[in-house]
Amino acid sequence: MMEAIPTGYCLFLSAILFTIGVVGFLTRRNAVLVFMCIEIMLNAVNLSFIAFARRLGSLDGQVAVLFVITVAAAEVAVGLSIIVALFRKRKTVDVDQIDLMKW
Amino acid sequence: MSHEVSSIAVLARLILVLPLAGYVLNGLVGERWGRRAVGVIGSGVVGLAFLCALMLFAQLLRLEEGQRQVISDVFSWIGVGELNVSARLLVDPLSAVMVLVVSGVSFLIHVYSIGYMGREANFSRFFAYLNLFVFSMLLLVLAGNFLLMFVGWEGVGLCSYLLIGFWFERESAARAGNKAFIVNRIGDLGFLLGVILIFATFGSLDFDKVFGAAPEVLKTSSSLANLIALLLFVGAIGKSAQVPLYIWLPDAMEGPTPVSALIHAATMVTAGVYMVARCHVLYLLAPPVLIAVAAVGALTAIYAASIGLVQNDIKRVLAYSTISQLGYMFLGCGVAAFSASIFHLMTHAFFKALLFLTAGSVIHALANEQDMRKMGGLYPYMRVTGVTFWVAALAISAIPPLSGFFSKDEILWGAFSDSSLGPSLWVVGAFTGAMTSFYVARLGIKTFHGKPRWTAHANRPVHESPPVMTVPMAVLGLLAAVGGLVGVPAALGGRDNFGRFLEPVFASPLMPHAAHPPGLETILMAVSAIVSLGGIVTAVYFYIWRPELPGIVRERFRRAYRLVLNNYYVDEGYAAGVVRPGERMADYLAQRVDAKGIDGAVNGIAALVNSLSLALRRWQTGLVRNYAFLILIAIIALLFYSIRR
Repeated sequence: MMEAIPTGYCLFLSAILFTIGVVGFLTRRNAVLVFMCIEIMLNAVNLSFIAFARRLGSLDGQVAVLFVITVAAAEVAVGLSIIVALFRKRKTVDVDQIDLMKW
Repeated sequence: MSHEVSSIAVLARLILVLPLAGYVLNGLVGERWGRRAVGVIGSGVVGLAFLCALMLFAQLLRLEEGQRQVISDVFSWIGVGELNVSARLLVDPLSAVMVLVVSGVSFLIHVYSIGYMGREANFSRFFAYLNLFVFSMLLLVLAGNFLLMFVGWEGVGLCSYLLIGFWFERESAARAGNKAFIVNRIGDLGFLLGVILIFATFGSLDFDKVFGAAPEVLKTSSSLANLIALLLFVGAIGKSAQVPLYIWLPDAMEGPTPVSALIHAATMVTAGVYMVARCHVLYLLAPPVLIAVAAVGALTAIYAASIGLVQNDIKRVLAYSTISQLGYMFLGCGVAAFSASIFHLMTHAFFKALLFLTAGSVIHALANEQDMRKMGGLYPYMRVTGVTFWVAALAISAIPPLSGFFSKDEILWGAFSDSSLGPSLWVVGAFTGAMTSFYVARLGIKTFHGKPRWTAHANRPVHESPPVMTVPMAVLGLLAAVGGLVGVPAALGGRDNFGRFLEPVFASPLMPHAAHPPGLETILMAVSAIVSLGGIVTAVYFYIWRPELPGIVRERFRRAYRLVLNNYYVDEGYAAGVVRPGERMADYLAQRVDAKGIDGAVNGIAALVNSLSLALRRWQTGLVRNYAFLILIAIIALLFYSIRR
């Protein structure tokens, strides 16, 4: 048998991915890129789930991952359609330009 | 003492209900029914009340002498905790006398008013108020406990305000009404405090319970007894216009003359005297206060008489005369001669009301002229008025055998035989009597005799008043002349029916008894009669024989004259000392405290909220990015928090 990758490494990778996702989410101006960052975050969480599932020898983590992937897919569909609608109205996908709810 | 729903109780209720019904009718539908109806209803209810009073009197006489006290509860009024007050009526000789006087004199004045106010636009309102007044006064005298009496007390004060300010479009009248009510209120505060103290001490407000328990509960001359008596007396000072709360009465002459006759001569102002007489048990337990009462009475009598000597307005002379005569009544109470005071109250009602009615007759004939300097020589034109006037004048001057003589001398005799300060009180009383006869004779001479100083109005020649006015005057004249005969004292061979009738009311072991040589009373009477006669002679001297004298005296004593003419500047004193500070405080409270302080606080809170929201608004940028950042921060904080735990 191959030696299992230490759980700690996986978690570390997950954390880094998550941080990259967060920073990207907070910093990017293009709405599509913000979405990509959301996907990065979701995948980081998925990795984390899998790592624990392997470690604990339970299938619960894998089931959770399936759920997350499903929800992410649905969310992307809805989110991208919102962006398309927004683009059609405002001719821009710059999130900084969408501030109608400003006081 | 008996509690019975007998004919007396029924009559008492009728006496109260009739004027009240008159008020309601005249007030609500009087305008529509016209003058004649209003006049008939207004006078009629009071007349019927008088008849009921006569029947009540007759019924009372049928009872045994010691049993003449009927208590009747009309309804249960207040029942809160320990305070159980019912609407209780008390009928005894004292209240019977008062009811007779009030309803009788009121009736005559109502009839007179039909003529006097005949041209008045607000005829029905006048009669409505008059009826309400009569109701309140009757309630006051028939009340069987302090609270019901206070209702009547306040009611007469209210009606006084309404009637003094009857012509309220005139600013002086409106202000006079205010003044009367406010000064009365000050006295009422004292009265109310006294009533509260009585309740706290006795646990009840009913007359029979309080007066029955008083000798045991209150030690003679204890500070509690003195305080109660004093506080009640403060109320009397306000209501009955004694020094120093008399200032409203001269100004009250702004009201129509029948009002002055009824309220400020015969009835309302006598409420204080009645109250003191009713509460005599309490006063006998507080000798220092009795001395104060006598002193205040005597002082007021002579003080007011001095002002009345020089007034030029016919009604003002009579107003000060009323204050002075009320002083006599309180003097009588102060020397424990309570029935003498009530006797004087009755005779005073007759002759003072008559004096006012005759003055009204003159004023009416001269188209509302009230200044005596513009009268004179009216007798040939107004004989009935003139004759009745002189009857009243002689009565008030206490010339025998008219009524005033018997009542006033009974008071003076009571004063003399009372205590060590008795003789000096007698002297004050006798001298005031001389002043009284002087100013009333002066009034008569200046108004009815001498050279005419008035100008006739082309369309209304000066003539006698119509019978609707002269008949009541004549009736009052008759009463003023012979009314005293019910109280002829033993010293003159009479049986003093009046005094004996009232005796059971005032029969208390605390009443002082003094024995004096019988001849002394007759001598004193003769002296005071001569002194009064001297007053009249002096007036004749000053105004008929040597008419230049008044002018000379005025010049010689100019400053004293000015002082007295202007009421010793008491009104100015009050204005500066009490009214202006009060106004300033009201101003301060209105502008600084209310507008700036309270409004400022409320507005300030609003402003604070406003600025807070202005600051917080900045957080709402509308950018999802910023919101996401905040969410992140919050999550991190929560994580840390839960890890810490």
